[in-house]
Amino acid sequence: MIKTEKLCYSYEQDTPFERRALYDVDLEIRDGSITALIGHTGSGKSTLIQHFNGLLKPTSGKIIIDGDDITAPNADLKRIRRKVGLVFQYPEHQLFEETVYRDIAFGPKNMGLNKDEIDERVRKSAYLTGLDEKYLERSPFDLSGGQKRRAAIAGTLAMDPKVLILDEPTAGLDPKGGKDILSLIERLHTENKDMIIIFVSHSMEDVARIADRVVVMNEGRVETEGTTAQIFSNPNRLRGIGLDVPQVTLLADKLRSAGIGLPDDIYTVESAAREIAVRLGGDTHA
Amino acid sequence: MLKDITIGKYVPARSPLHRLDPLVKIIFTAFYIAALFIINKPLPYAVFTAYTLIIMLISGIPVKMILKGARPMLWIFIFTAVFNVFMTTGETLWAFDIFSLSIKITREGVISGAVLTVRLFYLVIGTSLLTLTTSPLDLTDGIEKLLSPLQKIKVPSHEIAMMMTIAIRFIPTLSEETDKIMKAQTARGADFETGNIIRRAKAMLPLLVPLFISAFRRADDLAVAMESRCYSSGGKRTKMKECRFTSFDLRAVIIFAAATAALMTTQYML
Repeated sequence: MIKTEKLCYSYEQDTPFERRALYDVDLEIRDGSITALIGHTGSGKSTLIQHFNGLLKPTSGKIIIDGDDITAPNADLKRIRRKVGLVFQYPEHQLFEETVYRDIAFGPKNMGLNKDEIDERVRKSAYLTGLDEKYLERSPFDLSGGQKRRAAIAGTLAMDPKVLILDEPTAGLDPKGGKDILSLIERLHTENKDMIIIFVSHSMEDVARIADRVVVMNEGRVETEGTTAQIFSNPNRLRGIGLDVPQVTLLADKLRSAGIGLPDDIYTVESAAREIAVRLGGDTHA
Repeated sequence: MLKDITIGKYVPARSPLHRLDPLVKIIFTAFYIAALFIINKPLPYAVFTAYTLIIMLISGIPVKMILKGARPMLWIFIFTAVFNVFMTTGETLWAFDIFSLSIKITREGVISGAVLTVRLFYLVIGTSLLTLTTSPLDLTDGIEKLLSPLQKIKVPSHEIAMMMTIAIRFIPTLSEETDKIMKAQTARGADFETGNIIRRAKAMLPLLVPLFISAFRRADDLAVAMESRCYSSGGKRTKMKECRFTSFDLRAVIIFAAATAALMTTQYML
């Protein structure tokens, strides 16, 4: 479980350029959840996730992961970074090795694992990310955009983290590449029930599809948080801070006001299609 | 790490020094440095110090910040002073033996050590005042103007200025990128801070490879963007913000010339 207590952060503290990025962030993220972090640009999402593996140290406040205070002065940052895998925005920009295999092996190698363990982890994470074995011996720079991103995610998965954080994992990919990444996240979730997955996204459709909890950030504070259904049930609040709900939720709203009795927790195309089909089916039988 | 570098940093403010035409400022700096190496007597040094103090005070930049720019040079100052004190021959002030080495400190050594250190210090202060009060774009503008007479002998002054502008423009971008990649590799367990020199150099590879790749990609993008807007060298271009030589600049030149004349008088006449 990840818990933050009154987390505050300022960039370039004690200089004339000081900017506050986070104000009193109190959060609790439970094991086995997929949490989406949404908010407009500059709302503090990326700053927040960099605290979870100790890349940034809070100006004040605490972060507790599984009972360990990672903000304590004697905290073992290397161990924390093994436990909390962070995939940055456009992670393919960090690829550097001659082969995909060696790039994925970078993390496990830094952990000091032996050759057999490294090999096992590389192959397992390549499999998990859907990268065919034949790519492992190629240069990472010869892959397509979506494959590069999967190779980069595999590099983090190979460290076998308990918490996986992804910053806009689908940004800049074509629709199929984006879908592949979302399916990959879902697969990780089903294969490892205890894993905490946190992802930052600007796509409400992506959030609706895979998240079970949503944290809404606004101007460095947690605006609201709750289940995906709770968050999307209040479109006006989201719009007020420059966000929105999935389009299909708006459609369901319109149908409802036109007198079609749909439940109010529709936020994926699949659930809308199912509910509408039931109504249509009911009509034909009557 | 990279954010702490203050050399070459521009601090916007409203001061006479900021208002000055960049070309005039560059020429002033050249004269300042030349004068610094001409003077060699106590009185001219006192006058020079007074001038430097006045310039620092009217620059509108906190004196602490100007002095901070000299801090990275501290070791060079110390080396210069120490080497000169021990290595110059002349009238012995103090002699002693360490490990059968006889070491002599001479009067000339102490003087030349002090003089060189002071010169280096003023050199750094003078040049950092130029960059602190001139935005990078104005600076390249000034350099372009300075080099423009050389166009007659086929020196591509505009292209040189353009290259400098682009290089300066990308410093913050690349330092941001470095920061980002460093964080990403740290998240994968990379260690940039411990180990001996060879280990640390090796550890830089996961940082340098992606950095070079992204720099080339950016260069490529920029080239395409410039070509698609029909950029070509040699065209006559106008500027959005033209720097003109104003009466303010003229007054500054007169004051500066008078000050220089006064300094030279103390050096040669008194």
